[in-house]
Amino acid sequence: MATKKVKGVAYEVNDEGFLVDPTTWTKEYAVEAAKEEGLEELTETHWKVIDFARQSAATAGGASPTLRTITDGAAITTKDLFALFPKGPAKKVAKIAGLKKPEGCV
Amino acid sequence: MKTLLVLGAGTAGTMIAKKMASKLDKNQWKVILVDKDTKHYYQPGFLFVPFGKYEEKHVIKNNRQYIPAGIEYVISNIELIEPDANQVRLTLDNRVIKYDYLIVATGCDIHPEETEGLKGEGWRKNIFDFYTYDGAAALRKFLDRWEGGRMVVNVVENPIKCPVAPLEFLFLADWVFTQRGIRNKVELVYATPLPGAFTKPKASAALGALLARKNIQIEADYNIGEVDPVNNVIKSYDEREVPYDLLVSIPTNKGSDLIKRSGMGDALNFIPTDKHTLQSTKWQNVWVTGDATNIPASKAGATIHFQMETVVENMLAHIHGKEMHSKFDGHATCYIETGFNKATLIDFSYDQEPLPGMYPMPLVGPFTLLGESTINHIGKLAFRYLYWDLMMRGIEVPLPSQFSMAGKKK
Ligand SMILES: Cc1cc2nc3c(=O)[nH]c(=O)nc-3n(C[C@H](O)[C@H](O)[C@H](O)COP(=O)(O)OP(=O)(O)OC[C@H]3O[C@@H](n4cnc5c(N)ncnc54)[C@H](O)[C@@H]3O)c2cc1C
Repeated sequence: MATKKVKGVAYEVNDEGFLVDPTTWTKEYAVEAAKEEGLEELTETHWKVIDFARQSAATAGGASPTLRTITDGAAITTKDLFALFPKGPAKKVAKIAGLKKPEGCV
Repeated sequence: MKTLLVLGAGTAGTMIAKKMASKLDKNQWKVILVDKDTKHYYQPGFLFVPFGKYEEKHVIKNNRQYIPAGIEYVISNIELIEPDANQVRLTLDNRVIKYDYLIVATGCDIHPEETEGLKGEGWRKNIFDFYTYDGAAALRKFLDRWEGGRMVVNVVENPIKCPVAPLEFLFLADWVFTQRGIRNKVELVYATPLPGAFTKPKASAALGALLARKNIQIEADYNIGEVDPVNNVIKSYDEREVPYDLLVSIPTNKGSDLIKRSGMGDALNFIPTDKHTLQSTKWQNVWVTGDATNIPASKAGATIHFQMETVVENMLAHIHGKEMHSKFDGHATCYIETGFNKATLIDFSYDQEPLPGMYPMPLVGPFTLLGESTINHIGKLAFRYLYWDLMMRGIEVPLPSQFSMAGKKK
């Protein structure tokens, strides 16, 4: 376990950099986590996806949404999702939204 | 009379129907097993078909021989599951079967039509799959005459069944092309959505090193957006173009359309299932086993073998109004063919990534974990006999269901 400091607040994160307790998440945390993932700015569409991911996890026992759940649920194309969160969108969204590492791939 | 209905007579359905039939009182319970046909496929064998190592007779058998007389074996397409009404509709004679308990074991299949251009004009010309018998057999014909070029193996998206099969395919290709004297004319490329050779760090490093040693290039974090079959290139969502002469695709894997029609699945038609009890998260009298579930465990025959105990014990407990104690731990054991008569082995669970060591017994093994050996390869080939002669016949395979740290090195 490690802690991440954002604007004076300490957040507990695991070895892979995922927030341990999703209830401690804040928008400031998201902005900082996004920077670490190479996203300098979060646009309105980014936030739409992040909000959807948090809602989806809340109704799915904390499980992070898969890529398909996001594209279906947040009404966004896969191509746009990759443009917003390059490389691994499901993982990046989970990290920024303060959720668990997606369990999809075993 | 009460009814236990099992849907799908593949690996999981055939095994669980027999196990439950042997435990339930015949005077009180009737067990019905439904599948659309009597062909039973040994899917792990599909890997060897393109290289001419297995023929049809090794991988397809008539399932009737494995179903004992006490089970009503119905051959019909399943039209609809109506879990709120505890009934299932079949196509044959419009039959409706009412059940007390249901086990869904309808597996998953590939869907090339999910990717733009994949099923276009290149399909089965220089684009193949090996996740179906037909695909593997067509690829064999192609490879028999192939003189070399650039072969790209691409996983479209996860999860897929047997997540190590694409790697094995590459390792075997490296070996077979070496034997055929054309390896110097073949470029091997692995384009995968994962950040490396495998999901978990230690296995990913070990398998990544093997790829490098065998001169197989890896294109990581590769999420395919479309296939351009005219120019023979695949394009990712982040606009990386990978050219090919031969594309071997592992298309999107989805649960049966039946699950979608019945409104029981997630976005990929996998059924939400409790990862420990294997009970449906929505219906108390419904269990799900094998590739049909959405649990974060490997979709593999070995995993199904380890799930059986949990399904049997929990269903019996539930039927008798007792508490369910059996917890599936995500245990998976996969032999990975690495070519040249060798194989490696990984053994892991929900909580523990694959580690080096010996399996199943500490020090003596005989199988080596995350290391290459001939005995592992023999284990891999023996799996076919184990499958047809033990697992399908309902004879106990002497491997404990519970994952164990014995013999593993941290
Ligand atoms: C290339 C390849 C390599 C593999 N290698 C390995 C390996 O090395 N080791 C390993 O352990 N596993 C391996 N696997 C995985 C393993 O084969 C599967 O996990 C296993 O067979 C799944 O069993 P199942 O019973 O869940 O599904 P299946 O065996 O696929 O059975 C599902 C059944 O449901 C029936 N069905 C579905 N829908 C309907 C409907 N609407 N009406 C009627 N019937 C229906 C189908 O006809 C089918 O018979 C491999 C798989 C592949 C493709």
